[in-house]
Amino acid sequence: MQYEAVIGIECHVELKTATKMFCGCPNEFGGEPNTKVCPVCLALPGSLPVPNRAAIDHMVRAGLAVEAAIPTFSKFDRKNYFYPDMPKDYQISQFDMPLTQGGVVKYWLEDGTMKSCRLTRIHLEEDTGKSTHAGSGDGRISGSTYSLIDFNRAGVPLMECVSEPEIHSADEAVAYLESLRRTLQQLGVSDVKMEEGSLRCDANVSIRPVGASELGTKTEIKNMNSFRSVHRAIQSEIARQIAVVEAGERIVQETRGWDEINGTTISMRSKEQAHDYRYFPDPDLVPMEITAAYVDALRETIPEAPWKRFLRYTQSYGLNVLQATQLIDTQPLASYFDAVVAASDNAQQATNFVLGDLSRLANESGTPVWLSAVSPEHLAELIVLVDGKTINSKIAKELLVRMWAGEGSPKALVEREGLAQTSDPAAIEAFVVDVLAANEKSVNDYRAGKTNVMGFLVGQVMKASRGKADPALVNDVVKKKLEQ
Amino acid sequence: MSDSIERNAAEIARGVNSGAFSAAELTRSMLAHIDRTEPQVGAYLSVLHERAAATAARVDERIKQGERLPLAGVPLAVKDNMCLEGTRTTCGSKILEHWTSPYTATAVQRLLDAGCIPVGKANMDEFAMGSSCENSALGVTRNPYDLERVPGGSSGGSASAVAAFEAAIGMGSDTGGSIREPAAFCNLVGFKPTYGRVSRYGLIAFASSLDQIGPLTRTVEDAALAYDAMGGHDPMDATSIDRPFETTADGLRTDLRGVRVGIVREFATKELGPEIDALYAKAYRDLEALGAELVEVALPTAEYGLATYYLIAPAECSSNLARFDGVRYGLRVEGANVHEMYERTRAAGFGPEVKRRILIGTYALSSGYYDAYYVRAQKARTLIAQDFAKAFASCDLIAAPAASSPAFTFNAKSDPYSMYLMDYYTIPMSLAGLPALSVPCGWVTPPGGASPMPMGLQLTAPLFAERALLSAAHAYERATGHAAAQRPVIAMEATQ
Amino acid sequence: MIPLPFNHRSTPILSSEKIDIRYVATLARLALTDDEVARFGAQLGDLLEHVDALAKLDVSAVAATAQVVESRNVERDDILAPSLDREVVLAQAPARQGAFFRVPRIIAE
Ligand SMILES: [Mg+2]
Ligand SMILES: [Zn+2]
Repeated sequence: MQYEAVIGIECHVELKTATKMFCGCPNEFGGEPNTKVCPVCLALPGSLPVPNRAAIDHMVRAGLAVEAAIPTFSKFDRKNYFYPDMPKDYQISQFDMPLTQGGVVKYWLEDGTMKSCRLTRIHLEEDTGKSTHAGSGDGRISGSTYSLIDFNRAGVPLMECVSEPEIHSADEAVAYLESLRRTLQQLGVSDVKMEEGSLRCDANVSIRPVGASELGTKTEIKNMNSFRSVHRAIQSEIARQIAVVEAGERIVQETRGWDEINGTTISMRSKEQAHDYRYFPDPDLVPMEITAAYVDALRETIPEAPWKRFLRYTQSYGLNVLQATQLIDTQPLASYFDAVVAASDNAQQATNFVLGDLSRLANESGTPVWLSAVSPEHLAELIVLVDGKTINSKIAKELLVRMWAGEGSPKALVEREGLAQTSDPAAIEAFVVDVLAANEKSVNDYRAGKTNVMGFLVGQVMKASRGKADPALVNDVVKKKLEQ
Repeated sequence: MSDSIERNAAEIARGVNSGAFSAAELTRSMLAHIDRTEPQVGAYLSVLHERAAATAARVDERIKQGERLPLAGVPLAVKDNMCLEGTRTTCGSKILEHWTSPYTATAVQRLLDAGCIPVGKANMDEFAMGSSCENSALGVTRNPYDLERVPGGSSGGSASAVAAFEAAIGMGSDTGGSIREPAAFCNLVGFKPTYGRVSRYGLIAFASSLDQIGPLTRTVEDAALAYDAMGGHDPMDATSIDRPFETTADGLRTDLRGVRVGIVREFATKELGPEIDALYAKAYRDLEALGAELVEVALPTAEYGLATYYLIAPAECSSNLARFDGVRYGLRVEGANVHEMYERTRAAGFGPEVKRRILIGTYALSSGYYDAYYVRAQKARTLIAQDFAKAFASCDLIAAPAASSPAFTFNAKSDPYSMYLMDYYTIPMSLAGLPALSVPCGWVTPPGGASPMPMGLQLTAPLFAERALLSAAHAYERATGHAAAQRPVIAMEATQ
Repeated sequence: MIPLPFNHRSTPILSSEKIDIRYVATLARLALTDDEVARFGAQLGDLLEHVDALAKLDVSAVAATAQVVESRNVERDDILAPSLDREVVLAQAPARQGAFFRVPRIIAE
């Protein structure tokens, strides 16, 4: 039987703000344990939360970027459960009235196919502290005899983003995550770094026979700490579930942890337990009323969606998937590229220079293209000079190196140093006559049938013109003279 | 010496500001008096000898530098659910018995800034849950007017301290009557401002949507001075109201001409007994004699106040008290795993009333019961607030009893529900967030009682009408002078 | 999170039925003695009988009040405020190890 995987992804994304969600402690990764804490984020008796406006702005902007609806009213609720790294033993979260509703993440696969996955919800909440499980030797919770807690992370603003189960392969899952990461990173609302924990995700995986509409029993996969492990974990879980079903057994609804070393998912508990979180509106906080004017002002700050950019690059500019992805994944480079295209009106040349020569110079020097001395305007000037045959590509490459070194406008350089291509037939003919006269042997060789000396003679002419002669014209004139 | 400690806050501030006496002198006398009377009264869980002396010295220094402070040198009792940096803040609970706060509550800080001297942290019902102070896990507080009787609660320590002249201002917190009822029991003025007028930052939460800090004093003027100093917007409390703050001490009147006073039809039940009933009837006539126009108002949903309150307050408390888990501070009883540690810590750290309310609240919020209990209670709360709004269309203030009886003897209310009934008249105002106060309105001798005990008249105003409320109470207090009719047994012993 | 037994009905029923006090106590992380289970169970039952009076109120067209004084959008600027000194923080820890708070074994999820 053929099976189809059905996957939903739940992400927790730490928002990038100067301070935590409900207090003025710094929101920074790492640092000495328990130094970024105050009465509020340690839940000392009597302390009270006050929401960070920047985090709310980030949420609304993230919502707008994924085309979610922004309600006119929102509130914070308490999610009640005990856990030692959660100081209040409730989490301030959002239950029935989150800051954004719905939305969709559009993404593309390696072959350029566009896909989309709707979002169930995005809501704002606060992060917990960090527990280190000790006494077992391997840092795992099972077998540990005690845990150590650092509350530096407690209270960091956290966005929870839950997708609908509309993803059907490990490739799609990673492409979805990449698209979400790009979108949030480009908005500036998060660093979205899995290695620093600012992006964490779980996957709900089930399988069903192709064509079936009913959902199979799902498992929840945790402990994936890179996109690569997300890919491997989902693949392995799909294979496991197919094997279980093929063997005539039933899938058990459970949480499974990804074991990176053994490349398998392992059951974390035998049975999914229901929780009773006793959500209720947080009486320490007041509701949020979201005006159209506020939303409109934020809408102005939303950059072009990565998927829209992808379509523009591949469909209007003719870039291939790799080129387009490469640019989009480095947002300042894409902006640089866009500025070059806007000023030069030549996307193909812009791609060649930006991803070719300039990227090579950037790699060699360690300075990113967009911070280099080559401004997009100057690069566009260079492209226009090449396009108009004012200079040839050889001069262009030389000029680019000099521009990188800080010599400024290529147009000015060409004018100052008389580097413009020589297309005057009389001037070129003069160079050719001189060169042929100085290389009698080669001329004779050519006439004796060794036509491959042609290149040498053209090169000599180019050299004599200090590279400025129009190579095509030189070619024509040399040939004409030789065959006279 | 008894003279100096019996001065009211206004008199003390005048004396210290004018140089008639120093804050240091008064503080010394006060601490000596406290040391002498505390064994009988038990108002305080901590007496802050050094802290008070150091603060008094600083106040005197500021006065010497030419500053004038509205509450210069005024001895302050801080209820032990309010944080004062460097002092033990216990909430009357074993779970916080040894906890020292590393920060100061906004309201406390504002009173200190105004010149108050923190002489002690006052006893209270554990986590402010109770109406007699008997639920304190850390001490017994007695009523200075009859040591066999309770001071009321939950702000019983603050009430007792002020009544026994162990402080001139007591800070209380009122969730369902916890300032007004002990004020009534201890012959004091007890004032609960509009919800959100005084910052809750640093007040250990019982029920966040109801808790409100306010003063307990021996005069209305002192209550107004204290409120003016502690009130106003605080950016650290998201529920603190950010709108212009009206001071009250400069607007106290001596008559009630033009004031319409609502008498609640549903409260005229005669269930309080003929003597108490007559006392309140007299109080209303006294208001009329001062020029007020009495009008009958209806609060048809007020009878649902208790039921509403005993869902909302426990629900919020079940969540607010989750943080007492033995992880970061406070008591811990070890266990084989963290779950066991939680259960043992909380079982050992909380007293029976706190456990009861946590259980009710957890139940009311739990899956399947949330709509039937919590949401329904929140809707009932809306109706109660609407009733008040309607009533205030035809009156400026509402007069009612502050408590259904005078102070009772210890262990008289062993059934939880009979204790809850003590707050029958104060809870509706709390649910509606309204400013309300209790002012002494006469004395009754309880059956078998040794001496007459005070009663309180509760006046309630519309939201933010603190100025009108205190003004009216002042007029009533001046005209009737009920508070002066008896002296506390403690103070009389101290003067002998 | 610690797994819990989940034996709740989803239909709202008032106190005519008996409260599963042990379940509620587990949710609230309170160890109760048998005696307390009996006593609190009875007292809660009594209270809920009083509370049942609310069923008489017609609240079908009434909005819930979570906050009595209407106020909206109370937020703070994203500006740093001082944190506490670590020694002050850890001085009150019931158990610490170096710079960390220490807790007993967490039962795996
Ligand atoms: Mg979450
Ligand atoms: Zn903090």
